[in-house]
This record gives sequence, C-alpha cells and structure tokens, in this order.
Amino acid sequence: MSLLTIEGVWKNYHGHSVLRGIDLSVEAHEVVCLIGASGSGKSTLLRCVNLLETVDDGTIHLDGKEITDVRVDADDVRKRMGIVFQAFNLFPHMTVLDNITLAPRKVHKVGREQAEHQARELLERFGLADKAASYPDRLSGGQQQRAAIIRAMATRPRLMLLDEVTSALDPALVTEVLSVIRELKEGGMTMILTTHEMGFCREIADTVCFLDDGVLLERGTPEQVFTDPRQPRTREFLRSVLDARRI
Amino acid sequence: MDGGDRKTAASGAPDTAGTPGLSDVPGASGAPGWVKSARQLERERLRRRRSIRSGSVATVSTLLVIVLLVWGVAGSPGWPRVRETFFNPEQFVKALPDVLDGFLLNVKIFLIAEPLVLVVGLLVALVRNLRAPVFFPLRALAVAYTDVFRGVPTILVIYLVGFGLPALDLQGVPTDLVTLGVIALTLSYGAYVAEVFRAGIDSVHPSQRAAARSLGLSHGMTMRHVVLPQAVRRVAPPLLNDFVSLQKDTALVATIGPLEALRQAQIHAASTFNYTPYLVGALLFILLTIPLARFTDYLAARSQQRRGQ
Repeated sequence: MSLLTIEGVWKNYHGHSVLRGIDLSVEAHEVVCLIGASGSGKSTLLRCVNLLETVDDGTIHLDGKEITDVRVDADDVRKRMGIVFQAFNLFPHMTVLDNITLAPRKVHKVGREQAEHQARELLERFGLADKAASYPDRLSGGQQQRAAIIRAMATRPRLMLLDEVTSALDPALVTEVLSVIRELKEGGMTMILTTHEMGFCREIADTVCFLDDGVLLERGTPEQVFTDPRQPRTREFLRSVLDARRI
Repeated sequence: MDGGDRKTAASGAPDTAGTPGLSDVPGASGAPGWVKSARQLERERLRRRRSIRSGSVATVSTLLVIVLLVWGVAGSPGWPRVRETFFNPEQFVKALPDVLDGFLLNVKIFLIAEPLVLVVGLLVALVRNLRAPVFFPLRALAVAYTDVFRGVPTILVIYLVGFGLPALDLQGVPTDLVTLGVIALTLSYGAYVAEVFRAGIDSVHPSQRAAARSLGLSHGMTMRHVVLPQAVRRVAPPLLNDFVSLQKDTALVATIGPLEALRQAQIHAASTFNYTPYLVGALLFILLTIPLARFTDYLAARSQQRRGQ
C-alpha cells in the first residue's frame, strides 16, 4: 500500500483551476520531485496534501486513511507530516532551539528535557549545534532553512513536503541545504519536493513528475524524464530551463 | 511505478479518464470542464449538514444565555422598581424629542471635532518624526503635548478649557461653550490619535524609506507618497476605534453646560425622578456607534483577507 495516494484532485481559485485532476501515489521511502513552470500548481499540490488548502474534488489518502474527509481533524493529519516553506517561516521571537522544540513539547507532549535533547541531536547532525541559542535573524539564509527543516523533522513525520526550499537562497548557500535533504533521503525519509534545481532533482529523486497548467503531464524515473521525455511540453520546459542556465 | 497507475475509480472528473502519454492532453479544456464527482457532491452535502448542525447549536446556546439573563434580571427582588424608573414607556416617549434634539448637538460636536483630531494627530505625529536637530524645540513641544493630554482625564481637560480659557478674558478667545467643548475634545483625542499615527509610521519598514530616498524623494515627499499611505492603511482600525470612543465622549461636554443629549436627559430626570431619559440617551449613542464599529470590523477583515492571499 502506498504511503500517500492522491486521486483526481482539483483545486479552483476564482473560476480558474490550478489543479485539474491530479493522480499521484508515493511509496514509503520514495522521493518524488515535482517540476514545472511557476504557476503550474506544484506548491498548491503540496499545500493540499498538508491540508493548508481544501481540495475542490478528489481524495488524498495517507497510510490508507482518507485525510480529505470532512470529519478528519486537520491538526491530527499535520502531526504526521512536516512541511518546509520557501521563506523559512521561522518564528522570529524564539531561539532556534525553541523553534524546534515548540511542536514536540506543545503538540506531542514531549518533556522539555527530552525535546531539547532530541533537538540538539538533530542540530548536531545537521551542523547547527552552535546556533541552538541564536535567534533566526542572526543566521544566514542557509542556516535558517536548515533550522526550518530540522523543525519539521523534530516531530518525526511520516512524510516531508519541501516547497522550493532553496529558491530564496543565494547559490553559495544552496549546497548546504541540499546536503541536508540528501541526508534525509539516506535516512529513508519519504519526501515530496518542488524545486527549480534540475541537477539536484535528477540526482535525488526516485520519481520525477512534470506538472503543466495543473495537469500531471509526465511521470517517470529521472533518467527517463530528463533524457527521453515523452511529452513535447516536458521537452519544451526542460529546454527552456537549460537555456536559462546557459545565459 | 510509471504513469500507468492513474486511478479513475469513483472520480467523475473528466481529466482522469485520459490515458497518460498521449499528446492530446485530457483536462486542457480548463475550469469550465470541471464536473463535480459524486465524491465531491457527497463531501459538500456533509459539509452543509455540519454547518447546519453547528449553526443550530450556536442558536440554541445563544437563546439559552438570553433566557437565563432575562430570568436572572427579571427575577431579582428590585426588578419592579428598576423597571419603573429605567424602563418607563411613558417617560420614554416624553423625553425622546428633547433628548434627540440634544443628540443632534452631539453629532455636530463629533463631526466638527473628528477632522480636527485627525489634523492635530497627524501634525503631531509628523513633528515627532522629524529627525534634524533644528526641530528639537518643536519635537519637545509635541512630546510634551502628547504626554500631558494623554495623561489628563478628558473630563478635566473639558473643565479646564471650558472654564479656564474664557476666564483669561483674551481678545479672540471663543466663549461659546460648544466651541470650547470641541477644542477640549480635540486636544485630548489629538494626543491619542497622534500616537496611533506614530505607531503606524514606525511600522513601515525602513527599507521603504530607503527605496524612496534612493529615488531622490525628499523626506517630505517620502512621507507623503510612500510612508503615510501605508501607515494610514495599517492604523485605520485603531483610528476608527478612537472615533467610536470620541462619539460617546461628546457627552462629557454636558459638564460645562451645552444642551446636548446627556444634559437634556438630566433635565428630564431631575424634574420627574425617573431615569428613563438616560436610557433614551444610551440607546441613541449605541445607534450612532454601532455602524462605525461594524465598519471597523469590515476594514479589519478586509486587510486580513488581503494579507492571506
């Protein structure tokens, strides 16, 4: 059974459909990479999975249970998922350590001592041990994004959603965040990520999905999608990305 | 796992019926092509049922609270006397024309004081924002003004202005009590509103100023075209809150004599020993403040919505 199953999901805004019948299933330990132009619906799909948006049609199942059911408690679902945003969204009035321990302590009722111990372990693992007591505005963008990933990890989620986590960073800082994601993959974390880093996508993804105007046009291994795309639209998109890289 | 595992089960959405891998993309028909699936219709039915249920729970609990309140008040031992002195329909009808007449004066005071308060508040806030050393005396004056008039109770300001200013016997100082009341309210509320404006100006990020100055705009132009438009939008709800407060504080002017609503009610009450006229005044003030309060809510909700997008 798949960890996550998305079936026929539609999302409309003001009479315009952003997602038009998306079908996608994600196995445990699989890394799925969503690519596509801005506005193709990648972020909206992640927000639907996290229930930050209500779907207008279709269903999403997590661990075999439907999470788009009206009677489902959204907080309960989100406890089992981590999401990381493009703009980090760390809480500016808390230290890095407090940012990380907030959800374990308040939502999962872990004791402060244990929560902080786990947080320090994660900080150590991702090379931020010396930043535990710092406030987010004292950190570089890369450090902030790593802290945000750790914050999402701290509740031991079944699934991680990463929404263009490197888009707000300058190129020198991108690599440190990518290595964190690489490390997550080695740890067996199931992930869905959207990215504009095609090279990284090709390296880390088990499955690549190309979204175009709210439709999942093509899906396959990185090898297949990047070297031999079946859809003309995919070919076009990849060519435009490569062209941009060359300039 | 390739694209072949698209499941169309239970989904009536037209898109999912297509075979992946073909170039004629299903679903390219756009938003109008969306047909709600049976699953979605069922979900919406469920949602409607839930909202009806929570709506009825809210109605029942509200009614219950009202019944309890009425029962508690009407069941109290002193209720018959309170009803006679505060809720006398006869007195109500008798006092209404005079109190309403007085109330028009309240509205007039409010309508004149409000723009003045805005002007005074904005000027003081702008003066407090001047950074150059030459403006120190002005700045100090502005600080002293806000400190004093925020600290002194409005009713005292009205007494001091109402009785103190005319006593100076200066040429040109108004002696009309309504005018003096307006001056006192403006002084008092100008100090509050100045602080609201200042908070708004400070809340605009410094980078906005930097961007404006980098284009060659002067300090004044930066304020006028970049900072203030953003600041005013942000502080509109607290400003309106102060105006609601100003509307009812026009009744304080009664203490120096003008025949406004509270004063008219006092006169009626004094001759009949019945307090229903006060209730008339209270109702009129509520009728005036409620629209402004709702307008405040509307503005707050709108800015919330804008930020959400």
